[in-house]
Amino acid sequence: MDILYLLIPMSILGVFAILGVFAWALHLGQFDDLEREGERILSSDAALDADQDARRPGL
Amino acid sequence: MVNPAAGAATARTGPVYDDTVVRNFALAAVLWGVVGMLVGVVIAAQLTWPELTFGIPWLSYGRLRPLHTNAVIFAFGGCALFASSYYVVQRTCQVQLFLPKLAKFTFWGWQLVILLAAVSLPLGFTQGKEYAELEWPIDILIAVVWVAYAVVFFGTLGTRKVRHIYVANWFFGAFILTVALLHIVNSAAIPVSMTKSYSVYAGVQDAMVQWWYGHNAVGFFLTAGFLGMMYYFIPKQAERPVYSYRLSIVHFWALIFTYMWAGPHHLHYTALPDWAQSVGMVFSLVLLAPSWGGMINGIMTLSGAWHKLRDDPILKFLIVSLSFYGMSTFEGPMMSIKTVNALSHYTDWTVGHVHSGALGWVGLVSMGTLYYLIPRMFGRTKMFSTRAIELHFWIATIGIVLYIAAMWIAGVMQGLMWRATHPDGTLVYSFVESVKATYPFYVIRLLGGLLYLSGMLVMAWNVVKTATSGNYQPLPIPAVAAHA
Repeated sequence: MDILYLLIPMSILGVFAILGVFAWALHLGQFDDLEREGERILSSDAALDADQDARRPGL
Repeated sequence: MVNPAAGAATARTGPVYDDTVVRNFALAAVLWGVVGMLVGVVIAAQLTWPELTFGIPWLSYGRLRPLHTNAVIFAFGGCALFASSYYVVQRTCQVQLFLPKLAKFTFWGWQLVILLAAVSLPLGFTQGKEYAELEWPIDILIAVVWVAYAVVFFGTLGTRKVRHIYVANWFFGAFILTVALLHIVNSAAIPVSMTKSYSVYAGVQDAMVQWWYGHNAVGFFLTAGFLGMMYYFIPKQAERPVYSYRLSIVHFWALIFTYMWAGPHHLHYTALPDWAQSVGMVFSLVLLAPSWGGMINGIMTLSGAWHKLRDDPILKFLIVSLSFYGMSTFEGPMMSIKTVNALSHYTDWTVGHVHSGALGWVGLVSMGTLYYLIPRMFGRTKMFSTRAIELHFWIATIGIVLYIAAMWIAGVMQGLMWRATHPDGTLVYSFVESVKATYPFYVIRLLGGLLYLSGMLVMAWNVVKTATSGNYQPLPIPAVAAHA
């Protein structure tokens, strides 16, 4: 099972890479104000959809 | 909203979302959905009537089956993922796609991959690796298109105007990076001609790499990518934020940390070392937790607004897809337990499990997403016919239930018949007796598949009507609201 000498180190490197990205995101403050972020996608586009409706009445 | 100081004129001259590539991928997804599911129905019919295609080699089951899996996973599912990720990353980052011409290249490149697959698989060119059958020149093209996809996606993220990266983008990003890694490692091969190559791995090593690839493709292509869709389109369609945004972040990190080693459960009781099989089983069982966390999070988004499910067929698609996600992510870990696997492996139970995930989760969530996207790609807010969406939902759901129930019964029956022995150790049933006993369930499966395909045809009609009666105008990118 020589292949495990490739796959297992690759997975361990992968885990370290994931940890690195997680630490980076944490450091950047990506997870500081979570509950607010869930609502943002609703507010930013809502005006937009309405805008498009206004330009094309009846659809 | 548009910068108020600049006035309405800026709405047409300012930066706009790059939706052409989204529209193209969305329409391609519907087209390939019809084609891929049609091939699925044909091979289901071949299992019912083996002489259906008169022994023509290009139409034999062994060649059409990989065509079916490639068409539904990479053509239908892939185009739906491209469309939704390009749409979501622009909306949540409030910025145009990075390098729009490269995005256009990913569209035409991916269509070329699909066409090459549609030609080469019936001709019998295959690497013989499940879900990675395409020969090496096509594999190289896939790698090139995929790198371009990564550049466009991460470039767009890098130029974002919103500081926070919305959770859907994390899922899409993990899907893109992991699929690149899986594809490159598993497809490593030594070519002997333009149409033939040999894997650099051999024997059980090859099997291990293949299922390391195979199961992670399920985890990152068919799960993480579509979870990205789920986390954007369910809140948008329900007009409510996701139940717990915090849980969605936990869901993401837990899922990608634990997924990598579930693959060996495809190789229980084989030449793979016992401990590696057990590792695969344990990781598969652990996956139940993040999977169900995500499912509950998605479904509970409707908490307090359940009435919306009654009138909105798009929400029905999205929510029911999650219930199938929950079912198959419960069934999967159970089937990975070695004692259960001893019964289920090599039977049609596996086929039923895959289709409860594929038809129920991936199919329904994609259809719900496309029903949200497509009208918006043609300057409308609704599809041409809402009743047709409702009809599609019910036909598809009944089709799935028939399909998976038939395969459950057939699979458990086959497993029990194959393991039944007389006291002297001889087999009670010959193999062909189990085939004969399975026949009625193959007919029911065909019926379920036909229903699911009919639903897709209803969708195609609805999409054509929507496209021909709509008129898209580029959408201005709103100025970013002050952050935090």
